[in-house]
Order: sequence, then structure tokens, then C-alpha cells
Amino acid sequence: MNKKDFEEQFFKVLMCVSVLIVLGGILSIVFTVFIRGISAISLPMLLETPHGGYYLGQGGGILNAIVGSLLLAGGAIIISFLLSLPVAMYLHLSTKRSRHTEYIRTSLDIASGIPTIVYGAVVFTIMMVIGARSSLFWGMITVALFILPIMIRSIDEIMIHVPKKIIIAAFTLGSTRTEMLLVVLRQSLPGILTALLLAFGRGIGDAASILFTTGYTDSLPTSIFEPVATLPLAILFQINSPYLVVQQRAYAAGLILLVIVLLVSLLSRFLSQKFMKYVVK
Amino acid sequence: MERKILDTLFTRVMFVLAFLISLITVVIALILVLKSLPLFQISSISELLFTSIWQPAEGKFGFYPFIMGTIWVTLLSMAIAIPLALLSSIYLAEYAPRHIRNAIKPLIDLLAGIPSILFGLWGILVIVPLVRNDIAPLYGISTTGYCVLSGGIVLSFMVLPIIISLSDELFRTVPLSTRSASFAMGATKWQTVKYVLIRKIYPGLLAAIILGFSRAFGETMAVLMVVGNVAKVPSSVFDPAYPLPALIANNYGEMLSIPLYDSALMFAALILFCIVVLFNISAKMLLMRFQIEGVRHE
Repeated sequence: MNKKDFEEQFFKVLMCVSVLIVLGGILSIVFTVFIRGISAISLPMLLETPHGGYYLGQGGGILNAIVGSLLLAGGAIIISFLLSLPVAMYLHLSTKRSRHTEYIRTSLDIASGIPTIVYGAVVFTIMMVIGARSSLFWGMITVALFILPIMIRSIDEIMIHVPKKIIIAAFTLGSTRTEMLLVVLRQSLPGILTALLLAFGRGIGDAASILFTTGYTDSLPTSIFEPVATLPLAILFQINSPYLVVQQRAYAAGLILLVIVLLVSLLSRFLSQKFMKYVVK
Repeated sequence: MERKILDTLFTRVMFVLAFLISLITVVIALILVLKSLPLFQISSISELLFTSIWQPAEGKFGFYPFIMGTIWVTLLSMAIAIPLALLSSIYLAEYAPRHIRNAIKPLIDLLAGIPSILFGLWGILVIVPLVRNDIAPLYGISTTGYCVLSGGIVLSFMVLPIIISLSDELFRTVPLSTRSASFAMGATKWQTVKYVLIRKIYPGLLAAIILGFSRAFGETMAVLMVVGNVAKVPSSVFDPAYPLPALIANNYGEMLSIPLYDSALMFAALILFCIVVLFNISAKMLLMRFQIEGVRHE
């Protein structure tokens, strides 16, 4: 075997080993969370809020965290979407890329790289200045804020792929620029749905940003201005408990979080395929 | 006429929103700088960055151990992730048959979507025991397993999907004819990758690595859970470390009880912010020449 064939084989083996390590890691993560969670999960775990002596190993479940997380991520997605849509549409007012729109795109890309702990710290500082306490409301604001740049850029990226002939057709029929945008929007709806679901997955899984802004409570939320429990923080606060029963709840919360994230990602694939047939290619 | 007015109105509203939202980064920077200012009045920047004494109650804020903690964990994670990610993406883009590629790609995307807290959970359940019982004894060292190495391993798996997806996309921007030309000269596949493809896209690959680095730099939860959080400069990968994001996360609750503590934590956030923004801008500039969907963080 000459040198170049040896090199070819050598690197091929290295590549296969790398891929196997990466896949092994992925499977290890999913199976670890899954197996630990399955053995910990039960109906009362899903349907009950913490009872007295909860952190000492007494009864109760993690319903408060499940409800809290869904509310938090759901609210944040709604706020973020209402702000994202007009901005993404603004980027497509003209079919040309101007210096102006590129400036907005760049600043959004930079904002989406800022660590979520920094978002959390900044919002917490604002809360201190105006004297607000941690609550579901401030959690939603924080999550909405760090999702915003990501969501705008994904909607933007979908709108870029709307065929130009449709835009030209809209103008030919006499529409104004905003009326043309409605046509673009109609074309982008399946993609936007995917973007929303993926943003939901991001929002529900983040712990660093809500650590100070959302607080934690053992009861179900009654008002948007009350603190609320969330799945990531339920994991963080219970994983290092000396009581086995309490640790089990962290595993159960982990499994629920994983299932939500997987479902959301599967759903987004399924929906985008289902609705794509209504889009003009 | 009414349509014209509506058009103008909507355009204005969209413009104002777009303008305000594009200022997010600037506003965050302003708040961080303003809040860290009081700290500069008691000590200079070099004193803050390069001294090691951390006694908030006595007004001594030396960030050196935290900065070194961040650098150790981040560099180690990159040392693990870069070769794995590049080799995997070359395999996926150039070698893998279509059905294998189609099976693996969704799994990589799945990895990108897993919340960091679950990486932390995995770290505590799998990596920490692995380091404590299997890896450290190999070198005759005893450790709790909560150390730089565990943090680096967990972090590398969080960074992998970012580098793999972007590199894979970059390899696919190179037209088929370029490869054909190389094959026609008698080059093997690997020689084509090494001498032709990588030369063509190396600025993009560099950008992918930079983006991975900046993600690793700011990652909080997963690292915090496995790295040990001891405020001392680590001297080996089996020592615990205390990275900057963990410092902010662990102490924010009690910052109001000690004067200047909040300034110090905001300064920590400012350091993170500056590094990450700098890295993202350079990655964006490197990626500008490639026709792919730019700097994205999935």
C-alpha cells in the first residue's frame, strides 16, 4: 500500500471513530435522561404539587413546575412573535438588501450570541431599579427578549426564500408595499410555524435567564405577577439533594423536559412537511 | 387614498420596532457598563482582571481565578470538540452515503436542541462518575469528578452540533466540478479534502470554530453543575474551577447584601459580553464571503 492510500484509510478510520463518538454521546444523553426518568415517573408525580416536607422526602409531585414552564414558554413565545413579525416583515419591504437592513441583521445576529445569563442579569438589574419582584411576568419578558433575535432571523430566513415572481405579481396587481408583505407572509406561514415551535423548545429549556427573574414556588401560579416554578430549575434545585426521593423528582422533571423538546421538534418537522404543499414553489 | 395611509402607517410602525430591537445589544452594553462603573472607582481594570483575592465583604474583587476557570474549561472543550466535529463533518459531507447522512443529520439537530440543564444532568450522572472512577485513577489521581475535565467533556458535546452543522454546510458550498478536477488529477478523496476543499473554505471553518468557542464561553448551567465551583486557578484538568457564568448564577441572589457586589457581578457579565460579541463579529466577517445562512445560533 502506498502512502496516499494509507493516509486515505487512516483518516477514514479516524472519521468513523469521530462519528461514532458523537453518536454515542447523543444516545448516552438521551438514554440516561430517559431511563432515569422512567424509573422515577409516576402519576402522582405528574398530577400533584409539592406537599409539606417536600424537600425532606415527603410526598408530592412536580405539577407546579410543568404548568409553570408551559406558561412561561408559551407567554414568551407570544410576546416574542408579536414583536418579531413586524421586524421580519420590515426587512423585506424592499427586495434589495440595503445597508440599513444588513445593519439590523448583523445586530440581531450579535444579540442572539449573547449568553442567556447576561440577559437574565440585565433584566434583573432593571427589576431592581424599578422595584419589581421576580414573577412569571418578568420571566416571560426575559425569555421573550433572548428569543427575539433568534426568531426574527429565522422568520427573515424563511421570507428570503419566497419566490420573487410572487412579489412581482403582487405589485403588478397594484398592491402597496405592505399589501405585498401580506402575500409574503402567507407564503411563509408553514416556515413561521416551525420557527415558533423551535423557539418554544429553546425557551422552555433555558435555566440561566430565569434563575433570578422568575423565582420558584411550590404552588400553582395564580397570577402573572407571582413567582412560578419551572422544569429546569426543578432539576437544578433537586438534583443535589441528599434524599433519593427528591433526586427522583429531578430525573422525572428531566424526562418531561426532554419529551417536550423532542415532541416540539418532531411536530415542527411534521407540520412543515404537511403545510409545505400549500406554498407556491 | 385610505390604502396609502395604511401603507405609510404600517411602514412607520415596522421601522420604529426594527430600530428599537436592533438596539438590544447596545442597551445591554450600556447597562452593563453603567452598573460596573462603581467598581472602577475602587480598583483599576488590570487589578480587577489579574489579581486573585476574592473577598466581596472586604471590597476585594480579583477576577483572575474566574477568568482562568472559564479559559481552562472552554479551551479543553474546544480541544475535544474541534477534531471530533471537523472529522465528523468531513465524513458527513464527503464520505457518507446518502441514507447514512439522512439518518445522522437529524440526530445532530436533536443534540443542538437539547436544553443545557439536561447536559448538566447527564454530566452529573455519567461524566462525573466516569472521570472519578475511570479516567482519574488512570493517572493515579483521586478527584470528586467535579472538575475542569468533566466540564470540558460536557461542554464539548454542546458545542459539537454548532461546528458540525456549519462545517457541513460549508463543504456543500464547494461545487462538484472542483472535486471532479481534483479526482481527475489522480488525487484520493482525502487528498481532495486536504488540498482543495479545506483550502477553499478554511475562513468559514475558522468562523464555525469561533462560534463554537463563543457558545462554550457563555454556557452557564451545564458547566456550573459539573465543574466544582472552587474559586482557585486550576493547575490540572482534574482540579475544580469556577467559570465566570457560574459566578454570576451562584451569587446573584445575595448580591444586594454586600456593597459593590452587584457591580462586580455586572463586571463579570460585561467581560462575557465583550468576548462573545467580539467573537461573533469576527465570525460574521469571516462568513461574509460564503453564500450560506450566516451566523445563527440554534
